[in-house]
Amino acid sequence: MRYLPLSSDDRQAMLHKIGAENINELFIDVPDNALLKGLIDLPKHMTEMEVEQNFQAYSAASVPAGNVPFFVGAGAYRHHVPASVDYQIQRGEFLTAYTPYQPEISQGTLQALFEFQSQVAQITGMEVANASMYDGSTACGEAALMACRVTRKKRIVISGNLHPQYIDVVKTMTKFTDNIVVVDDPTVNKSENLLDQIDESTACVIVQNPDFFGNLTDFTALADQLHQRKILLVVVTTEIVALGAIKSPGEMGADIVVGEGQSIGNGLNFGGPYVGLFATRQQYIRQMPGRICGQTTDADGKRGFVLTLSTREQHIRREKATSNICTNAGLCTLAFTIHMTLLGEKGYRHLAKLNHSNAVKMADKLKALDGVELLNDTFFNEFTVRLNKNAAQVVEQLVELDIIAGLPVSRLYPHNDDLKNDLIIAVTETTSEDDMDMMISELKEVLSC
Amino acid sequence: MLNKQGRPTGNEAAANAGNTGFQSYTGAKGLDQPELLIYEIGNTNHTGVDLPEVEDFETRLGGLERDQEIGLAGLSEPEAMRHYTRLSRKNYAIDMGLYPLGSCTMKHNPRLNEKVARFAGLSDIHPLQPISTVQGALDVIDTLAHWLKTLTGMPAVTMSPKAGAHGELCGLMAIRAALAAKGDERSIVLTPESAHGTNPATAALCGYKVKAIPATTEGRVDLEAMKEALGPDVAAIMVTNPNTCGLFEREILEMADAVHAVGGYFYCDGANFNAIVGKVRPGDLGVDAMHINLHKTFSTPHGGGGPGAGPVVLSEALAPFAPIPYVLAGDDAFDIVEHDVEGGQSFGRMTAFHGQMGMFTRALAYMMSHGSDGLARVAEDSVLNANYVLASLKDVMSASFDGPCMHEALFDDRFLKDTGVSTLDFAKAMIDEGYHPMTMYFPLVVHGAMLIEPTESESKQSVDQFIGMMRHLVKAAKDGELERFSGAPYNAPLKRLDETAAARDPILRWQAPE
Ligand SMILES: Cc1ncc(COP(=O)(O)O)c(C=O)c1O
Repeated sequence: MRYLPLSSDDRQAMLHKIGAENINELFIDVPDNALLKGLIDLPKHMTEMEVEQNFQAYSAASVPAGNVPFFVGAGAYRHHVPASVDYQIQRGEFLTAYTPYQPEISQGTLQALFEFQSQVAQITGMEVANASMYDGSTACGEAALMACRVTRKKRIVISGNLHPQYIDVVKTMTKFTDNIVVVDDPTVNKSENLLDQIDESTACVIVQNPDFFGNLTDFTALADQLHQRKILLVVVTTEIVALGAIKSPGEMGADIVVGEGQSIGNGLNFGGPYVGLFATRQQYIRQMPGRICGQTTDADGKRGFVLTLSTREQHIRREKATSNICTNAGLCTLAFTIHMTLLGEKGYRHLAKLNHSNAVKMADKLKALDGVELLNDTFFNEFTVRLNKNAAQVVEQLVELDIIAGLPVSRLYPHNDDLKNDLIIAVTETTSEDDMDMMISELKEVLSC
Repeated sequence: MLNKQGRPTGNEAAANAGNTGFQSYTGAKGLDQPELLIYEIGNTNHTGVDLPEVEDFETRLGGLERDQEIGLAGLSEPEAMRHYTRLSRKNYAIDMGLYPLGSCTMKHNPRLNEKVARFAGLSDIHPLQPISTVQGALDVIDTLAHWLKTLTGMPAVTMSPKAGAHGELCGLMAIRAALAAKGDERSIVLTPESAHGTNPATAALCGYKVKAIPATTEGRVDLEAMKEALGPDVAAIMVTNPNTCGLFEREILEMADAVHAVGGYFYCDGANFNAIVGKVRPGDLGVDAMHINLHKTFSTPHGGGGPGAGPVVLSEALAPFAPIPYVLAGDDAFDIVEHDVEGGQSFGRMTAFHGQMGMFTRALAYMMSHGSDGLARVAEDSVLNANYVLASLKDVMSASFDGPCMHEALFDDRFLKDTGVSTLDFAKAMIDEGYHPMTMYFPLVVHGAMLIEPTESESKQSVDQFIGMMRHLVKAAKDGELERFSGAPYNAPLKRLDETAAARDPILRWQAPE
């Protein structure tokens, strides 16, 4: 077995040193009838080539987004990641290291985390960021819990235009801790009045920008109103590229900003692993969940980095910890940071502009079709159209023509008849004019027959 | 001695220079090069990507344009490559040497797994693209689920959880939902003192009060104390098996029976599954729920802290309460169920989308490579290596408990008594010897814990060298070579770091100098 270095001679010699006759003597503490006598009923070991062939077959049974005109977003976005990012994250020194518990021999991971936290704080317009959560949705759940700790209140008000799976995650994470979660209805093209929902017991209001349907909102006034009543504003961004074009949540007065960082440095990967971004104000750092990297000096006075503020965390605080998170999104944060460093301010803004201009182009083409209504006044790289037909059926018909046309809202809102003709379309820098034209001409056919 | 060109062949001169302690102009020590932050190398005008031009167009941003500078530093591609390559060289890693972090299972990460995880049909697919276009991915999830259920002897598995702690939350939520369905609200979860910190933290997140159960002098859960604490208000016990002292819980069946007798459930922390994979099935031990850290037992890379994956196997009693989504294998196609069915009892959704696909591919490739025969050998060799370490060090270090151990060996600091060397100092001296230290000060049930997990990836030669190094350091400590320990590490990229200062006055991001 290619991964197991011990030879039978080695095993014999080692057993001898231990003073055991055979290997099962080392399993003496296992109750008799629980120690298996034979092998488990699964295939025997395979050569590298055989395993690879198996996975080639699995891979061939799916349609990669890159093979077809592709327009699905809704919380995960297809962007181009420079080759050097994937090379770097596969360096063994990064890939095969553990959490940086021994800072003297983990400065690579730690310095990259410090750079990550700096970038996330800058992009979100906040004072500080942590070293990541699992993904955007769990970061959102953690933000709700943190807001309750900060305000010592229990009621969580959620915009109906937050990604519906994020809403579900917040509900699940707060299910058994006496929280009250109030969720507005989704409104594709009307503004919500969230102030109607708040009361004295409200800890926070959670909104998304750009929202699930692609709309952009200025939350500055909402933030002011909430702050007067000591309620926190949590802003979620599932497409972090957007913040290269639009005002940051921090500039609008957000208290906690969470996001999905997958767009930068990380592939679609069928939903994971992704990277949860979490940023807030300096005054709340001791209530933050997750690991945090901080700057310090070594015994010679040289600058270095360590994991810090660990008295918030499970390994020290146990049941009083701010979160139970341990393993986080490590390597995905590294991919994020390297990609963001390659972009820099200039590249990040340019990438955002490119996404927006492609989306505008596509929206204009769609708007010109009969049977298509563009529902957004504002958007970044994603918008919602209302078709004259059931959107899920249209998508199925277009799949037959090798086009993946977008997300029918009904997939996530199966019981909401008002939304059944709505299709969310994402356009990124990877969408070519040919992709757009193919989709337009086939959609025209499908809608007209 | 001179060679043909008349230059010295030895490195006496260089060694002497080192001893005189002169400082290099750059601060470098040869290949050990200091590295600035990106903000000190690049600036907002640098970039390492070329993007197509954008023609003028009318924006739809509704007046929300970001007009303030963000301050992001950019680097050209060669600068970025050099920056991150230099940083990488300041890390210890499995690829460089034995990584004996107990409880973390730092085993070899096969590169085949990295390769197959990047196949386009498994990586370049969107979680919400039509289900008919992701059949290969669903097949991977379904196949991995089959392996996990078979290896654990459990009837159901949920793939959503993103890491071990997330799996714990999943298991406890299923338990709480199952009890609620019976109208049986309970308030207490029992965890042994030796439990990992995530166990009590998870129980609290699930709204439970935590009660700690003491350990016996043999390093195992005190069954009598547990029985005493059990009652109608106990929702579950959370027991790690093999436990965090590296021992198999001999009375595990009795514990399971005892908790079941009061109507509670048995949550098993499966972080240490590596020791028994292919040899013992938790389903035969009375377990109701257990997470499996794919980033431990099944070798998905730790990546400097993540990502991981923590699928949870469930008993018949808990399966109906599993979170959504889940994959259904139909007669001729796979489906993915994203909403609870009418009258369903799922406790909800733990994450957007469908879990850690990238980790599933890697873990399945690892399992297929080993097969049922190789996986049983993984358990055997990991246990053999750990017992070999225990047998080879117990005459000079203080083993906390009698063996045999499972896949990790626990020592405490009694052997350092009166030497003036602490567990921390000892660990830092290991760094100078070219090793990553073992897990320190965990579990909490012994003083100055040192938990050593060599894993099955180490050859005998490698383990022998590690043992030799440890014996050498023990001797140095007992011989009173204090300085070697108190100032260690001397040869790492940095000397000991001031963690107290970091926490007192936190600097958590780069700030432009005034
Ligand atoms: C015994 C034990 N339980 C739980 C965990 C938590 O797992 P994770 O880090 O994957 O969340 C760990 C790992 O660190 C562990 O060692």
